[in-house]
Amino acid sequence: MDAHSSAAMLVSNYVFPNDLHVHWSMMIVLYPYITGLVDGAFIIAALYYLFDVKSLRPVARFSLLFALAFLAIATLPLLLHLGRPERNLNMLLTPSPSSAMAGFGYIYAVSMGVVVFIVLFVYREDLVELRATSKGWLQLLYRALTFDSIDVSEGARKLDQKIIRFLVGIGIPIAVVLHGYVGFIFGGVKANPTWSTPLMPVIFLFSACVSGISAIILAYIVIRKVKGRSIDHNCIKTCVKTLTLFFIMAFTFEMLEVFSHSYLKSGYHHMVEGLLNGPLASSFWLWQVKICSVVPLFVLGVMIFFKIKDFIYNFMAAAVSAVLLLQVLIMRWNVVIGGQLMSKSARGYTEFHPEWFDKEGILAVIIVMAIPFIILFVLSKIFPFWTPDSETNVK
Amino acid sequence: MMDRRSFVKKVLNGSIAGSLYLVWPMGGDSLETPEEIPGIKGKEYDILTQEFAFIVDVTRCIGCGSCCVADKREYNVPDGNYRTWVERYVKGFSDNIYVDSPHGGLDGYQHPRTDIDEEIRDTFFVPKLCNMCKEAPCVQVCPVGATFISPDGFVLVDEKRCVGCAYCIQACPYSVRFLNPITKTAEKCTWCYHRVRKGLLPACVEVCPTGARKFGSMKDETSEVYKILKGPGVLTVLKKEMGTFPALYYKGARREVI
Repeated sequence: MDAHSSAAMLVSNYVFPNDLHVHWSMMIVLYPYITGLVDGAFIIAALYYLFDVKSLRPVARFSLLFALAFLAIATLPLLLHLGRPERNLNMLLTPSPSSAMAGFGYIYAVSMGVVVFIVLFVYREDLVELRATSKGWLQLLYRALTFDSIDVSEGARKLDQKIIRFLVGIGIPIAVVLHGYVGFIFGGVKANPTWSTPLMPVIFLFSACVSGISAIILAYIVIRKVKGRSIDHNCIKTCVKTLTLFFIMAFTFEMLEVFSHSYLKSGYHHMVEGLLNGPLASSFWLWQVKICSVVPLFVLGVMIFFKIKDFIYNFMAAAVSAVLLLQVLIMRWNVVIGGQLMSKSARGYTEFHPEWFDKEGILAVIIVMAIPFIILFVLSKIFPFWTPDSETNVK
Repeated sequence: MMDRRSFVKKVLNGSIAGSLYLVWPMGGDSLETPEEIPGIKGKEYDILTQEFAFIVDVTRCIGCGSCCVADKREYNVPDGNYRTWVERYVKGFSDNIYVDSPHGGLDGYQHPRTDIDEEIRDTFFVPKLCNMCKEAPCVQVCPVGATFISPDGFVLVDEKRCVGCAYCIQACPYSVRFLNPITKTAEKCTWCYHRVRKGLLPACVEVCPTGARKFGSMKDETSEVYKILKGPGVLTVLKKEMGTFPALYYKGARREVI
């Protein structure tokens, strides 16, 4: 039985014939997930470089590289999603000013530029050293990456710091715009009652911070453990506290959105309620809310209020970060795919079954998510993740 | 004595000659397209002054599906996608509404529903197509301007510019859009713009046996749509609360119609 007859023939479940197919599938789940990881990681770097949260020093440089690696592939899921990817530059060349989506290319390009420049200035001393020991075309590359300057005097380094602070300063609003804008892409669709809320950019922004900070905590702990290196406990503690703050806000706004729908009882609210209690009952209430939000909130509360041994604390931090990474991914799924399950007929819900070998399928998702880690590995060969003195704070 | 072969030959020759005698007096005009929308054929088309309207008379639709067949053939619409479709509404005495549209009504509704376990109060058919919104969300969201409103009020898609992002599909409150699986670009009903520009009616209007689909120029005071729209009858649009200001009007659409 095809999708049409199984869904549309149900007595009280009428789906418009063109709504049976879910047009924005897993790649559009990944896209906000990836930009969210970038934003969150950037927040950690910003806290250190701009807001002088010194305890974040061990992860500050790594956060920047992490953000760069994921930002580098942020357009990949979009290209895989487009029906005519070869026309993607039309968005930059002939943008329609009325469309929110038309801004993406520009916002993305500016974000990328800012992050690249921050990384180059942060690593300028390392790059100057590498330039001195390299030959041939590699030396030429390092000359370009160091802006052809080998000056690492006190004065030059102070100037670097000023430039970094300035770049991070303008980087914060750009990061907020990049991800808030992603939320607005959904929030601006009035035809879809689950998306159409001004809360959408806010929810996306806070959940972005949650996913990015979680990713930095988890990656830092895992990489340091695998490499047999020490873990800076103070750093982890600051990260967890920041994560807790952002997660409380993210979860509150997520719940506020649901509450608004049921309290305002605005048009089609019965469809939204039916969606959350029907097709999304498991992925929303059980997974997103209960398992991946309430449990981490409780764990984070324990970590904040009680004195816990360092190694247990670190283990809890890694575990809670992993769960929160999943929470944000499920939240993206529930918004993007969940929102489309609801037919605009306001009388029924369609179904979504992910495929393995589609260009937007599960295998493609795994490959897309693996690429930033390969980029990160390559970057680690040029830009050392950790500062040598990050070992000093060790416990 | 005539043999059988020459007899058949003579009869055939006679038939052809006779047919020509019938056709000849009509002149070469019979091979040309008729003038279905007055004031367009043979004249310069002033895109800035033209205005059209489409009216669906729900009380006249019999759910035969001819419009859907005509549309599918006009555009070679891939299976499972619909530029237009017809919905069947069944209302029970308990005020339950049962709606279906198997294959978009392409096969017509030849059999009653057997899965409804209550006495039926009323039933009717509702044809759906592009609403040609004056404030079209699909036009607003298209990132490359591939979807646009022509000066004569048609919301159209330039398939040579469309990037296939499907944002317009999300934005359309009426779900009249789909991504063509062959061209990988957005597609929807155009009210047969190519026919209108030649003075022809949209294919679905042309074939509708009951006049449930009406199309015409609002610049022509003698047109049926002009008379209905300027007359005292009650017309509605779909999802008025969306603020899209459709140019597609419904006559006799019950409040259950979404």
